[in-house]
Order: sequence, then structure tokens, then C-alpha cells
Amino acid sequence: MAEEKKLKLSHTLLPAESMKVMAEAMGIAQVPEETCQLLADEVSYRIKEITQDALKFMHMGKRRKLTTGDVDYALKLKNVEPLYGFHAQEFIPFRYASGGGRELYFYEEKEVDLSDIINTPLPRVPLDVCLKAHWLSIEGTQPAIPENPPPAPKEQQKAEATEPLKATKPGQEENGALKGKGPNAATPDGKGKEKKAPLLEGAPLKLKPRSIHELSVEQQLYYKEITEACVGSCEAKRAEALQSIATDPGLYQMLPRFSTFISEGVRVNVVQNNLALLIYLMRMVKALMDNPTLYLEKYLHELIPAVMTCIVSRQLCLRPDVDNHWALRDFAARLIAQICKNFSTTTNNIQSRITKTFTKSWVDEKTPWTTRYGSIAGLAELGHDVIKTLILPRLPAEGERVRSIMEGPVVSNIDKIGADHVQSLLLKHCAPVLAKIRPPPDNQDSYKADYGSLGSLLCTHVVKARAQAALQAQQVNRTTLTITQPRPTLTLSQAPQGPPRTPNIIKVPSSITLPMQTLVSGRPSTPTQPSPPPTKYIVMSSASSNSASQQVITFSTSPVGTATSPVTTTVASLQPVVKLVSTAQTAPSATVTGNVQKYIVVSLPPPGEGGKGGGPPAQLSPSAPPGLALPGLAPPAGATIKQEPGDSPPPPAGPPTPFGKANGAQGGMAESPQ
Amino acid sequence: MAALPEEPAEVVVKPDPEGVAPPQLPPAGPPAAPPTPADGEAAAGSGGEAALPKPAPPGPAASPAPTDRQTLLAVLQFLRRSNLRESEDILRREARLLGEEVAAAAALSPSAPGAQGTPGGEADASGGEALLSRVVAAAAAGGAAAGSAAVGAAAAPGGAAVAAGPPVKVGSCVPVEDQPDVSAVLSAYKQQGDPALYEEYYSGLKHFIECALDCHRAELSQLFYPLFVHMYLELVYNQHENEAKSFFEKFHGDQECYYQDDLRVLSSLTKKEHMKGNETMLDFRTSKFVLRISRDSYQLLKRHLQEKQNNQIWNIVQEHLYIDIFDGMPRSKQQIDAMVGSLAGEAKREANKAKVFFGLLKEPEIEVPLDDEDEEGENEEGKPKKKKPKRESMGSKSKKQDPNAPPQNRIPLPELKDSDKLDKIMNMKEATKRVRLGPECLPSICFYTFLNAYQGLTAVDVTDDSSMIVGGFADSTVRVWSVTPKKLRSVKSAADLSLIDKESDDVLERIMDEKTASELKILYGHSGPVYGASFSPDRNYLLSCSEDGTVRLWSLQTFTCLVGYKGHNYPVWDTQFSPYGYYFVSGGHDRVARLWATDHYQPLRIFAGHLADVTCTRFHPNSNYIATGSADRTVRLWDVLNGNCVRIFTGHKGPIHSLAFSPNGRFLATGATDGRVLLWDIGHGLMVGELKGHTDTICALRFSRDGEILASGSMDNTVRLWDAVKVFEDLETDDFTTATGHMNLPENSQDLVLGTYVTKSTPVIHLHFTRRNLLIASGAYSPQ
Repeated sequence: MAEEKKLKLSHTLLPAESMKVMAEAMGIAQVPEETCQLLADEVSYRIKEITQDALKFMHMGKRRKLTTGDVDYALKLKNVEPLYGFHAQEFIPFRYASGGGRELYFYEEKEVDLSDIINTPLPRVPLDVCLKAHWLSIEGTQPAIPENPPPAPKEQQKAEATEPLKATKPGQEENGALKGKGPNAATPDGKGKEKKAPLLEGAPLKLKPRSIHELSVEQQLYYKEITEACVGSCEAKRAEALQSIATDPGLYQMLPRFSTFISEGVRVNVVQNNLALLIYLMRMVKALMDNPTLYLEKYLHELIPAVMTCIVSRQLCLRPDVDNHWALRDFAARLIAQICKNFSTTTNNIQSRITKTFTKSWVDEKTPWTTRYGSIAGLAELGHDVIKTLILPRLPAEGERVRSIMEGPVVSNIDKIGADHVQSLLLKHCAPVLAKIRPPPDNQDSYKADYGSLGSLLCTHVVKARAQAALQAQQVNRTTLTITQPRPTLTLSQAPQGPPRTPNIIKVPSSITLPMQTLVSGRPSTPTQPSPPPTKYIVMSSASSNSASQQVITFSTSPVGTATSPVTTTVASLQPVVKLVSTAQTAPSATVTGNVQKYIVVSLPPPGEGGKGGGPPAQLSPSAPPGLALPGLAPPAGATIKQEPGDSPPPPAGPPTPFGKANGAQGGMAESPQ
Repeated sequence: MAALPEEPAEVVVKPDPEGVAPPQLPPAGPPAAPPTPADGEAAAGSGGEAALPKPAPPGPAASPAPTDRQTLLAVLQFLRRSNLRESEDILRREARLLGEEVAAAAALSPSAPGAQGTPGGEADASGGEALLSRVVAAAAAGGAAAGSAAVGAAAAPGGAAVAAGPPVKVGSCVPVEDQPDVSAVLSAYKQQGDPALYEEYYSGLKHFIECALDCHRAELSQLFYPLFVHMYLELVYNQHENEAKSFFEKFHGDQECYYQDDLRVLSSLTKKEHMKGNETMLDFRTSKFVLRISRDSYQLLKRHLQEKQNNQIWNIVQEHLYIDIFDGMPRSKQQIDAMVGSLAGEAKREANKAKVFFGLLKEPEIEVPLDDEDEEGENEEGKPKKKKPKRESMGSKSKKQDPNAPPQNRIPLPELKDSDKLDKIMNMKEATKRVRLGPECLPSICFYTFLNAYQGLTAVDVTDDSSMIVGGFADSTVRVWSVTPKKLRSVKSAADLSLIDKESDDVLERIMDEKTASELKILYGHSGPVYGASFSPDRNYLLSCSEDGTVRLWSLQTFTCLVGYKGHNYPVWDTQFSPYGYYFVSGGHDRVARLWATDHYQPLRIFAGHLADVTCTRFHPNSNYIATGSADRTVRLWDVLNGNCVRIFTGHKGPIHSLAFSPNGRFLATGATDGRVLLWDIGHGLMVGELKGHTDTICALRFSRDGEILASGSMDNTVRLWDAVKVFEDLETDDFTTATGHMNLPENSQDLVLGTYVTKSTPVIHLHFTRRNLLIASGAYSPQ
């Protein structure tokens, strides 16, 4: 059928109209209709003929794209003078116009001022041809190196995960051939013998269904290096390792190992309250998620409990009053949201199960503040719809609880901090939603009536959110993401450490210690350039009061980033709206504590508190709070939740939340705004 | 001239007009390289009558004539199209002359120009056994007619003209038209039929065939396409444009999908004026479409057409089709599908009957040198290797004479030089370390990616010892890389060379200029994309061919151009050195392949017969044969000795883009745009295998050094490895299949593929097995 269609197409003729138009363009006014028709026929035929010849040149040139050069050579074949001058290498922008009953496609030839061309700096000289060798195959197996395509494309991994019976593993066909041939191999002679012997011995092993756990020596070394770097003390190495995890195409076979490594690591380190390691492990999860060649669904049963643990565990650090475990919870909450977004389907119901888990632990009266915070954060990250249906109705009750702690007579410091965090978390997430769903007049009293004790605070936040939205609308062509996504990517960078106590736990890389909003970071432009990434930071600091917009966007390159990085320069030139702030206040080290608008979510703990150094809290018990009997949530002791779709009935709660719509930018944590 | 009727096929161009047998004059050093065109011209002009090399044995029986006449007409048309009036005149004169000769069986016509008289007289003198140096004669004639300015250009077409001459004579059994004008050919389409009835005729036949017995239906269905084409062309020729259009609309859907490309050309052809100069159309007109049909089916058809009084169709069958009738069972649909698809139908059975000496030549006995000499050789090679004295096994293999091998001196081959011997020794040593490949032991593949080529890489070749890679680019450059630590160096200038002590042991080292050492050398000279490149076996020369119509010979000692071989007037698509050096072959858009020797500026042979561009050319390992693949979807095998076409392989459904001979010389693998690899038994002239799996043009094919593995590289960014042993081991070559050529190909591509390796986004355009059986693949990275 397809070919018939193609053939029909080849009957197309140029309309006689075109001939007329062309004749007019040449200054020939009256061309008889008949002549036009004859010309059109002839020209169509010649064009087809030349195109067919041009195709020949394309084939012989071993290309899949016809170029203007091919047409020139075809013309030359016919003894026709080819076109001279500059050639469009790629796409020729034909434009369409109609009018006076005519429809025209034309090629716009702009008049160019020569002086402009002369004065523009010369374009960079294109790189010269070079030759690069790599192994496409080593004795029949394709090594998983960046030069080769990923061994199992994501689609295949997905098919394997979702339809295990249908999927064929890579290399299976080769193994099939081996099965038949194994014993009666051709007689090896001389030198070939040594080569062949181990292979023959290996043959029976290969008869077993292909085991995913076989890793080559190189892969084992790689795995060891990567995991050590990820949890080691050298931040530069870690960045490199994470970079590798996030971009390397050949990790498919190591995925089970990584998954187990993370889940075991979380299990152990939750017990030991090793905040730093937990953060590292979460960053690994993030990197795995970021890798475009990996499909994680098969390993979610290990990853989700680990991530959930980092969100809701009662205690994640040794000194809950000082250490910033909140940042970890936020980060992990965002991860879980991303997992939901990527992998939730109607069969596995990941999102509704997670929502149910969070809700259950939040509703429970006895839940400690840390878990409470985690649950709320987890829910809030799932998007506006979830906030609307699950969080907003509980605002009065939660506000009451917070108030009782804050204003109540005697409470532990820990509880107070927890309550404080919960309050700011609620304010942060609810305000934008409320700004959207409530009609404009913001009245303190009505808010109070609707949302209880948090009402007045909410009201001020909503007002601010509205102002912000308006501002954003004005600057819509500006970096929109900077405003709507005021989230730090790596929250641990703000986690302050009591310097004498835990000096070596977290060493933050210089490029991310800056209290900045990393907005244009993401991956470096080249995968082979692991660290430091050529990031550009947009610093959002609290503005000085004289600025009407209260917003200053600073554009600066990272201190280590190369100034010649092409990405940096192009962005800078493309976005002239970004201002460089010259006031001393916005120097990279500028403090963000006073950030009224909370663009940077993680606030520093009050400086005084660090000095207090209150004794370790009473709850040192490694396990989750007793009230936290959550389905699907691993107690830190490390049981895994089951992932069989049929295992849990579809929960009634947890309305399906359309993430793409309500929270489109949710997953894009630090994507570049271009 | 009496000898000529015995010449079997289209082209005969005799070697060596200078009377010096090639081996006596192998290309010496770079300084004493082949003669410049000017010298050669003079030499050729004067030396025509010099002594000829060994007389050729009389060729096999004359091939049937009708197509040859058509060929001549095609050549004429071609010349006219190329504005080569003089050559055309000469050819026409000669053709008519020859025609008269046929009629009269007499001696020379008085109208022959002087230059032409020479060969004629000589032919008489030699009593018909010696073949003439026709190229020279033609060139001289061309030169005489066109004036000296046009010698270079006119010589080659002249050669072609002469080449096409003999067939006309051969065609003495059929009436030869004395008016070899193309309009005469076209006028064959003058018909009496009513244009309105064409559709009726066609559908009547269609109905008949569809109602025929199953066993006949498949065979008779072959008629659809040629009939469709000729009926359409008749309609167009007689200016029934509307009828033609509706005829096409109505029936083009019935045609087999592999004729799609031709149908597309046909559909654009809607006016009588278009028919002139359309190549595809000419192909249909000038060559008969060959169908192979069993006698029963043919009788059935004949009876039907006679009953129906369907003269229209019967005329077409008579005039434009060649029905090759065989006795026996009708073929199945599958058998037919395997063999059809070429522009002019299947090959006639007779076309593949000639004996082919596909065996390998005996390797010269080489004394494996003593240790110290060994060291020296290695130093020169620049790759010190631990040598293992091991020679008995090597020698024994080549001692026996292969019964299928041609006589050692069938074509003159250059003598081995000392350096060649050293290289052979090296080769043998490497061979002892060769990995024995097989399904359990697949080769490693090293991929050389050309980065930043901007879609401009058009050709690649690798030296036999895998030390250098050459890339031909669309920007007309030829770039040579060294892929070993040894850099590429030029020899010093003449003044510096004179200072060197020529007696010193390391003189070869001393002549090199260290200052010029670099990994990459760029060769400038072509003025169009470089479509083919080939290293000489001794690594002293490099050939490249280009869109500009020239083949250039470069020295890899000085990295300069030595000769530009002009002859093809149109783009040259491929070129390759003979495995023994000295000779090389080129093929291009002018539909002929040419055999050259490096020290002759004119071709020694012109192989004409393809109906479309010659897209790839390969030498047989014994250097006695040349395979050419063409855009007419056939592969032909030519005898270097006498220029005969000895095999025509049909079965591909798209233009052929790659060829590879198996190392033992018995088999040929071909790859085309249809994504299939076909395997052919050269001795029997049979298709013996079909490897399906690629989804795009196959640009590269290569057998491993011992022939166990066939590697194929494709535009679909994959390298595939196939089990060649398995394909060839269970060949059914019993008498019947050999006689009829009807193979039942097993559908076992899936069992035969040993591995598929995908590149990221790099079409694979060249493959090469190193002497140790490591596979080298290369291509240019082309991001989507």
C-alpha cells in the first residue's frame, strides 16, 4: 500500500500557475495557458529526473540525507551548469504565501549588508576530521562503554519489566546458537586451542538461563569504585561518580547491585543515624533516576522503601535538634514524587499506595514531628491536587497541634523545632495552592475561620504568592523556572554542621556550598566532563528593600567553571534580561537567612541553637515510631514492601493526581530554563 | 577481422599496446613511476603495431546476438548524450562497416580510415588467432577524427565503441539494422493496436494467468512486469497520454514491490519527448527482458495467446522479451522471487555456462629467512614481533596446485620484489598467530569512527597489514592516517637524497624525512567527492576515484599524485587494486568497468554490459576475474584475460553496493540497497545463500582470513557476523540444480547470524579483517 501511495505521489506535477509566476518574474508578461501547461509538464519531468540522479549521489556518498550538493552533481551529469554560491547545508526554509487566489511557496532571499557580514566575527573553524577507535565487540560481546549504544535500550528494559515473558534478553540469540554448537565445535588447531578451551568450559554455564548477576571484571571494578566514591569522603570523587551514574549508558547490568547497595545502605545507616551517608545514598538514587538509559521499575521494590525511610523515619541523625535532616526529607520527598510520576501506573498504583502511607502516618496522633514533617513533605511534593484534597482539609487540625506545641507550656526543644518546621512547610506548600483556588480578596479573618490557627500566617503568604505570580506574569519571558520552582536541588548543601563535632561527615563541594539556587545546573554539557560541572548559578538572594520587585537575579558562573564554556556564553547572550548584581550583598557568599520569600527553602537553623548543643534527644531507638505501621513503608530495620500489583487492593483514598498538569514542573528539579 | 566473430562477448580490448608485457615493467620506484599521460600518448600513438603478448585462446562459443546489437545502440545513444560526436561518428561508421562485413563476409571496407586499417590488416595477417590492440586503434582513430586536442577524452569512448563493435558482427545470425539510430529502436513501438484496448488486453492476460494452475501461475506472473512496461511505453510512444496514464494507474499496483524504483521512473515518463534520453527507458528498449519459464508454462501461454488472437501481447513477447525455456518442473514462486529483480530480468542460463577458474594461484615458494634477516625485515616494517620459526605448515598448503586454478601465467603478473617477499613472510608469521574463528570464537571488532566528518565520508580503505587507513571525503580530499605508532613520512627531496650514502644498511630509513612525520596526510587533487579508495598491496601506492571522472594514483612515499587516469567521463564510483598489484579496476556512471595497469594511461580492458552505473568493483583473489556490481541490480563476473562476461548473477532487488570474494575464491558475497546479502557459487553460477537481517543498504562485506565468518556492515548502523561455514557446507549441488540453476534456499538467516553489533549512530562503510582476524570496521559518526 505504501508503495502505491508513493507512486501516486510521483504523478504530481508543478502547477501551470507556477510557470506563469516564474515567467512574470522573468519579465515575460503574456504566456499562453497552453505553453504554461507544456512547460509545467516538461519542468516536472526534468526535476524528477534530476532528483533521481541526485539520489544516486546520495547513495554513493553513503548518506541518508539528500544535499544540495547532490543536486549540483546531478545537474553536472546532464551537462547543466550547477548553481554556484553559498549552499544551505541543511534545511531550506520555504515560506508559504497566498493572495489573489494564488498559493505560493517561495524561498526568501534576504538582502544582506556586506559590511554586516564583514564585521561579524568569524565563526569558529569547524573541527577537523579525526579518527577514533573503540571496541565495538570483544570476542563476540559488546562492551558497555559510552561509545557503544546502551546494551539494553530503555524500551527493552521496560518491556522486560512489564512483560517478562515476551522480552528477550540481549545476546540471547547468540546463546541460542551456542547451545546447539557447544560440544561439537570445529577442531581447533595450534594456537586456537588455548583460546578456545576456556570458552568451551564456559559453554555449559551459559546453558543456564542468563544470570543477571554475572559481571565482568571491569564491571566489578567499576562498581566498587563507584560505590566507594559515592559514600566516601572526597566530594570531588563523589560528584564524578554520580555524574557517571547519571550518564553512563552501560549500567544496566549493574542496576540490581546498585539497588541492593542503596537499600541495604539505608537500612544500616538509619539504624546508625548516619545522616551524611543517607544523603549520599539518596543522591545515588537521584543519579540513577536521571540516567536516561535505565529503566528502574524492576528495582522499585528496593528503592521505594529506602527513599520512604529517608522521608518519614523518626530519626535520621544523631542530633535531631542541630542536624538538618529536614533537607534530606525534602530531597527524598521529591525523589518519591519523581518516582510516582515516572512509574505509577494503574496496575501498580504506586502513587495511591504512597499517598495512603503518608496520610496514615500523618493522621496518627502519636506520630512524632519528624515523621509528620516527612509525611507532609511527601504529600506536598506529589502536586497541587494532592495538597488540595489531602492537606488543606487538615490544616485546622494541624495548625492547632502546632500551636499547642509552640505556645504550650513545656515541651522539648526537639518538638518545638519539629513543629516549627511543619508549620513553615505547610505554609510554603499551601500558599501557592490557596492563591490559585481562593478568590483574591485575602482576608485574615476568613482565613482564620477556614484554616484555624495557621490562618493569619497563611493569609500573608498567600498575598505574597499572588504578588509573586503577578510579577512572574510580567516577566514571563524571563527565566520562569526561577520563580515557580524555588527549590534547592541539593538540600544538603545548606546543611550546616557543627564544625567541631562532625567535621568529616559532609564535605560539600565548593561549587554547591554557595547558598544559591542551582537552576541551570543539571548535567554538564559533555558527559566526559564530570566535575566540576560547568554550571551557571542564578543566585536569588533576598533583595534589598529599595528594589521594587524584591527580586534580583544574578547570573554568574561557578567559580571553577571555565569561562569559555560554550553553554555559558550562549546562555548569557540569549538571556539579556538576567542582571548581574553588583552590590556587595549579593556576592556568592551572601547570606540567605533573611530570605523573606523563601525562595531557598532550607533555612539555616537559628545560629544560637547550634551553640546550645542540647543533649541528644531521648528517642535513640533505631526503629520507627510504634505508630508507624505503614504498609509499604519499610521500617528502618529493612523489610521490603511487596510490589506485586495484586497484593494491595486499590486504595480508596489517594485520588489520582494528574501530575503532568497540575505540577508539570515538579520533577524538573534543576533543569535548565532554556 | 576473421577472428572477431569468435569473440564471445561485448568487449574485447587487448592489453599492452606498447608490446611490453606488464610484468617486465612493474612500477619501479616512486620517481620512476608510470609515464605521464603525454608520454604515454606518444608511445601509444606510435607503438600500436609492436609485438603483442601471448595470443588469447579462442573464446568459448559465441553468445546469442540480439542483445549485443542493442548494446551497441545503447552505446551510441550514450555517446550522443555525452556530446561525443566524433566518437559516435566513428562508431557508427565502424558499425555500419562491420554490418557490411557481416553481410559480405569480406575484407576491409575502403572507407575505413587509415588508423583503422592497421588493426584490420593485422588481423588478416595473424589469421584470426591474435587479438588486436584495439584500444590503440580506436584511440588513434578518435584522435585522427577529433584532432589532437580531444585525444584524451575521445580515446576512451572510442575504446568503448570498438568494444561494442564485435557484438554487431557476432549478431550475424539476426538481421542487423543498418541504421543504428535510436529513433529506429524507438520506432519498434509503432503499433497497430487500439490504445483503448490495452487495458482489456492486459486484464485479459491477467485473468488468464490468475486462473491458471498453481504450478504455472507463478511462472507466468513473471510476464506481468515486462508486459506492463512495454505496453505503457507503447502507449506513451504513440502519444496516447491519457490512456497511458490510466493504464499505469490501473495496473502498477499489481507489480512486484521490487520494481518500485523503475516504476517510479516510468511514471514520470508521460510524453514521447521524454523517451529520448531517458536511460531507464533505453534499457528497456535496447535489451530484451529475460524470463525463465518451463516448457509447459510456455506452451500454455502460447496457446492462450493464439486462441485469443491477442497479437498485441504476442508481438511484445516476440519483440521485447527473451523467454528462456527449460524442460522440467515449473519453478515455485519462491524460487522465482529469489532470482528475479534485476533491470532486465534473469540471466540467461547460457550466460553462466563458461568455465571459470576460481581456484587460487600457487603461492610462490619463499624461503623463510634466517633469524638475522628476519630482524631486518621487522625493522623495516616497524613492528617488532617475536618470531617463531615455523614454516613447514605454511608451505605445504600452497604446494598443491588447485585443479580449479587458472594457469599460473594466464594473465601476466608482476614479479615479486624483495620487499614483497618480506611482506609475505610477515604475513605468514602473522597468520600463525591468527585467531581461528568460528561460531564459538567470534572476532573482536575494533571500530574506527571518523568524527567531525559532517556527512562527508564517502570511502574508506585499510591496508592489508592494517597499518594505514584512508578516507575519501566529499570535499575532494583524500586523507591517510597511520594507525600504528609509526608516523607517515615522505622521502627527502632529490637534493637531500643525493647526499645519502646509498651503501649503508639503513638507507631505507635514511631516505625518509623526519620533519614530515605526522599521523595524517591530506592528499589534494580531486575536484569532486572521492567515492573510492584502494591501497596497493605493497602499500606504496594509493588509488582514489572521484566524481570528477578521474582515477588518481598517489605515492605513499612522497604523498603526491603520480597519475590521473582519465577515461571515465562521468563519476567513477569505485576502484580497486588487484591483489597482486599493478592492475586495477574502476567502474562508474558510464556503465562500464575498466581495467588499467598503473603504467598505462589508457585502460587495458573495458567491461561493458551493465545496463546502469557500475557501483562497485572487486578483483578475484587470483586476479584473473573481476566482479562488478551495478545499479541495474545485477552482478557480473568478467574475465580479465579476454574481457568476457562469464557470469551474470541476478536476484538482488536494489543497486549493488558491496562485493566480497571468499578467500578460497569459490564464493562471492554481494550486498545491495535491499538489505540482503546474497551468496553465489562462482563455479556453478548459482545462488547458494541469502542472508536477511539488515534493514538498510549494505555498504561493506568481508570474509575473515580463513573464510569462516562473513562480516557485513550497513547503513543501518550495524555490523553483523554470519556463519559462512554453515552456509556453504550443505550445498545441494547435484546435477539437476546445477543444470537448471533452480535452488531451494533454506530460510535460515536467523540461524546463520552469529552476532549483531549496533553502533551509536555510525553507518558502517568499510570492514577489514587484519591478518590475525581482528575485524576493523569504520564509518563516520553522523548524529541524527
